[in-house]
Amino acid sequence: MAAIPLLPKRFHGPSVWALYALGFIPAALAFYLGATGQLPGNAVKEFEHLLGLWALRFLVATLTITPLRDLFGLNWLRYRRALGLLAFYYVLMHFTAYMLLDQMLRIPAIVADIARRPFITIGMAALIMLIPLALTSNNWSIRKLGQRWNKLHRLAYVIAAAGALHFAMAVKVVGPKQMLYIFLVALLLAWRAVRTPFLRWKRQRTAVTRSHPATQKAAG
Amino acid sequence: MPAYRPPRIAASEITPERFFLDRRSFLAAAGGLVLGGASVAHAAELKASASPFKVDEALTPEKDVTSYNNFYEFGTGKGDPAANSGGFKPTPWSVKVDGLVGKPKEFGLEELLALPLEERTYRMRCVEAWSMVIPWIGFSLANLLDKVEPLGSAKYVAFETVVRPEEMPGQSGYFQPLPWPYREGLRLDEARHPLTILAVGLYGKTLPNQNGAPIRLVVPWKYGFKGIKSIVRISLTETAPPCTWNLAAPDEYGFYANVNPAVDHPRWSQATENRIGEGGFFGSNRRDTLPFNGYTEDVAGLYAGMDLKVNF
Repeated sequence: MAAIPLLPKRFHGPSVWALYALGFIPAALAFYLGATGQLPGNAVKEFEHLLGLWALRFLVATLTITPLRDLFGLNWLRYRRALGLLAFYYVLMHFTAYMLLDQMLRIPAIVADIARRPFITIGMAALIMLIPLALTSNNWSIRKLGQRWNKLHRLAYVIAAAGALHFAMAVKVVGPKQMLYIFLVALLLAWRAVRTPFLRWKRQRTAVTRSHPATQKAAG
Repeated sequence: MPAYRPPRIAASEITPERFFLDRRSFLAAAGGLVLGGASVAHAAELKASASPFKVDEALTPEKDVTSYNNFYEFGTGKGDPAANSGGFKPTPWSVKVDGLVGKPKEFGLEELLALPLEERTYRMRCVEAWSMVIPWIGFSLANLLDKVEPLGSAKYVAFETVVRPEEMPGQSGYFQPLPWPYREGLRLDEARHPLTILAVGLYGKTLPNQNGAPIRLVVPWKYGFKGIKSIVRISLTETAPPCTWNLAAPDEYGFYANVNPAVDHPRWSQATENRIGEGGFFGSNRRDTLPFNGYTEDVAGLYAGMDLKVNF
C-alpha cells in the first residue's frame, strides 16, 4: 500500500487547531451569506439545513477514524476529538438556528415540535446524548473515567444513527443524499461488529508472516 | 373560524405588471417574442387585464418566485427546477380535455392564450410551511370546462403532468422520487370556483419552465402541491381521481389539502408559515397561517357540513 506521507510530529498539535478553524468555516460562511441576504429562497432554512448536514458529516468523520486505522494503518486518532466536538457544535448551532431564527423562540411551538414530531424528537435526543460526550472530551475525563469513558462514548454510534434517521425523516421523499448517510452510518456501525474478529485475524496473519517469511513467499 | 376578506381593489387602480418591467427584463421579454419557440420564449411578455382578485400584501420578489420551487420532475432541491429545466420545451403544447364531457377536445396553447387572461395576485401556501404572494396570469378553469360541456355524471376533474424523461431529469435515472405522471384532482365544484385558474404566466410574462410552463393549475386556498404543473391532460370523472402525493403518503397529504392551520402535517405544524423573500435572516418572516389561506369567505361554503380534520 502506498504510504501516506507522515505529518512531522511538531505539526500534530497545530494541525488539530487548523481542523477546528477549517471546521467552522462552513457555518461562518453560511452565517455571513445569510446575514447579508445572499442565501437564496428560505435563508433561515438553508442555514439550518446546512448546519445539520455538516453535523452529520462530522459525526460520520468521527466514526471513520477507527476503521481507517484498522484497515489502512492510518493513525488519525488525534483528530477524533476535534471532529466529535465539531459535530456537537454544529448540532448545537443547528438547534439554536431552529430555535432562534426559525421558530423565533416560540417556546410552545418548539416544545410541541419536540414532543409530537418523531424526527424532531430523535434529533433532540441526539443533541442531549451529545452533551455528556462533549463534556467528557478531555484528557482529564479519560483518565478519571477509565474504561467507563469508552463505554460512554459508544453513544456516538446511537447518535450517528439518530442523525441519519433524523435527516431521512425530515424530508418528503427519501432521496440519494439521505440514502448516502444512512448507508455510511450503517457501514461504519457494521464495521464495529466485525472489527474484533478482523483484528484478531490480522494479528495472526502478521504473526505468521513474521515467523515463516519463506512460507509466505512460496505461497505467493 | 375567523373569516378573512381579501381587499377588493378597483380594477382601474391596478397598474398592469408590464408597466413595471424594467428595461432589462423588457428587452429579454421582447427578445423572447422575437425568438418565438426558443427556450427563452418563457420570458415573453403576456398581456392580461387586471382583476379584483388581488391580495393586498407585498409581492414575493420575482427572483424568489422563479428560483425557489418544488417541481420534482426537475429534481427535489428547491433550486433544482430553475437549474435543470433549461432543456424543457414548453412549445409547441396542447392540453387534452376529455372524460365525462359532451365535446372532448385537444386545445392548442395558442388557443388557450387567446382566452381572456387576468392578472390575479394570490397567496401561495406550500404544505412545507412556507408561502409566497404571486402575481399570476391565467384564465378561469370554469371557462375552459364550459367549452367541453361536462356531463351531469361528472363529479371530479383529474389533471396530469407531461412525462418527458429526456427533458425532465427527475423523470429518469435510478432515483425517481415519485411515480410519473404527476396527477392531481379537484371536485368539480372546486374546479369551477371563480378563484381556480389555469395560469399561463407570472409577473407579466409567460410561465418560466421551473414554475410549470406552459400551463399550470392554481388553487389559492389549497396547499401548493395541488397546483399541478405543465398540464397535458384534464379529464372529468365520476369518482375521485388518484393524486400523486395522496397516494405516496395518504396520512400526510389529503385529497382536499385545504390550507388549515388547525390540522398539522404529521411531521410539522401548519399553524405558521415562512414568507419567502421577506424579513431576511433575523427579522420576523414567520406569520400565522390563515384558514383556507385567507380565502375562507370565498370558499368555506364548498365544505359546509364536512369535518375538515377528517377530510384534510
